[in-house]
Amino acid sequence: MKNQPSARSLTGTRIRERRLGQGRKQADLAREVGISPAYLNLIEHNKRPVAGKLLLDIARALGVESGELSGSGDVALFGLLSAAASRFAETGAELDRAGELAGRFPGWAALIAAQHQRIRALERLTATLSDRLGHDPQLAASLHEVLSTVTAIRSAVSILSEGGEIDPEWQARFLRNVAEDTARLSEAAQGLAGFLEAGEAEAGEHLSPQEELSAFLAARNHFFAPLEPGGWAGVEAIVAGAKDELASAAARELARAWLTRYREDAESLPLPRFAGLWQEVGGDLVRLAERAGQSLGRVLRRAACSGGPTRRGLVICDGSGTLTTRRELPGFPVPRFGAACPRWPLFQALVQPGRPIRARVEMPGEPRQIFTCTAIAEARWPEGIDGLPIYEATMLIEAEPGAGEAVPLTAGPGCRICPRPACPARREASILAEEPSEGAL
Amino acid sequence: MGMRVLLVEDEPNIVEAMGFILSRDGWSVATHANGETALEEIRRVAPDVLVLDVMLPGRSGYDILRDLRAEPALAALPVLMLTARGQEKDRALAEELGVTGFMTKPFANDDLRAAVNRIAARG
Repeated sequence: MKNQPSARSLTGTRIRERRLGQGRKQADLAREVGISPAYLNLIEHNKRPVAGKLLLDIARALGVESGELSGSGDVALFGLLSAAASRFAETGAELDRAGELAGRFPGWAALIAAQHQRIRALERLTATLSDRLGHDPQLAASLHEVLSTVTAIRSAVSILSEGGEIDPEWQARFLRNVAEDTARLSEAAQGLAGFLEAGEAEAGEHLSPQEELSAFLAARNHFFAPLEPGGWAGVEAIVAGAKDELASAAARELARAWLTRYREDAESLPLPRFAGLWQEVGGDLVRLAERAGQSLGRVLRRAACSGGPTRRGLVICDGSGTLTTRRELPGFPVPRFGAACPRWPLFQALVQPGRPIRARVEMPGEPRQIFTCTAIAEARWPEGIDGLPIYEATMLIEAEPGAGEAVPLTAGPGCRICPRPACPARREASILAEEPSEGAL
Repeated sequence: MGMRVLLVEDEPNIVEAMGFILSRDGWSVATHANGETALEEIRRVAPDVLVLDVMLPGRSGYDILRDLRAEPALAALPVLMLTARGQEKDRALAEELGVTGFMTKPFANDDLRAAVNRIAARG
């Protein structure tokens, strides 16, 4: 690949474009800023660097901001253009001239960048909806209800309209059936429409108790100050105060269990103590758990639910691998339905209970995003020594600042919505366009 | 006395409509709505044709068909399967299990009538 000119190396091109746009002669501009026309010509053809006072003078003479000429505001645009070209490499877009495009045609370049961003947003929405449609048992049940009801109506109407002799008693019975089934169909169709709308609006109605709980927790950033030591409210008061969000009794029960554990975590490991230990151990969560005399699972939950900025995510699954807590982090999507990516350290931990796992994971996306994941699976024996252990795995996800270097462990959100083309752990085809092979496993 | 058809379907209004149509054609119609006890009912009624829904309470139509084909006395019973899912893989699964005919809901009464008569002639 040719060397790509940086946004900044095309300052001369921008000066030339602006000058020509204003219908000014090179000699006039050169005279105004006190340089020779030949030197300005070299600058305009990017053969001489321009910065500092001279750049300010030229910008003033052209009546523009110096940043507009130096391209300092174009770095993000330049990145988006490169990303857009990489996604559709087969089009042969001249990646080495992306900077020139941004410099000469800033409006068109911005349009390409905006379309690239829009495509990505729509792909994410499609992925969410498809994930929902593909895995939700409620949708399957609703569709079955609609089709069965339509079958009954169609058969009855057909009998009534075929002509021929029908006993008045049978006639009345089929008419009554049609009336009943029409009402049923109407209800089933409304339920289906509500289901599909909920996929579009995150803040809309939630369909399962688990979804209601997730939305309730996400709206509070998974942090409950009233439950911290010295807090002013109990679990019941919080649940009662959220009766609109936790509409079903099952969701309220889940919330009670979640908040009760939160309160136990908060009492066992108050945030000031957590923060002090964090400093002491330099972020080593296993040592932090040792010093605090607490389980690593509890430490991971405290780390993720401490009310700070959202740079930490949390996922918890039960022994079947089903996700029970989803605290998402930008760049680390967590599927709402269906299974997650088997390459997550969460699942490595699940098959090695009691052993802490820490791994740096690269998720798909541009720019490259690296996350440090710390996971542990722990067991409880609620039925005593003769009962079966109940396993639960917990994984803290921490976003690393900056793009970072590539790391060996690549993962994704879950097969259906993962763009990685060749994954040895792939279980089913993805509905997304493949990532460029550079990002493949 | 005409041929006997057993309708194993849990939607009462569909059962009523199918029963009416087939009775008018001279069929003797028996009905059953539970998947779990369907096999016993099939043995008891000993129909000439079985119309079997896929989604039934207790047990799926596929499971019933699988067991039915394993019983020598019922292995050759003509079975028309009804499903609200028309995907190719559903049809393939039913064929693999030895179904005689397959219909996707919603269907026309004439199609049901023709399908039942066709598979009865085959059996």
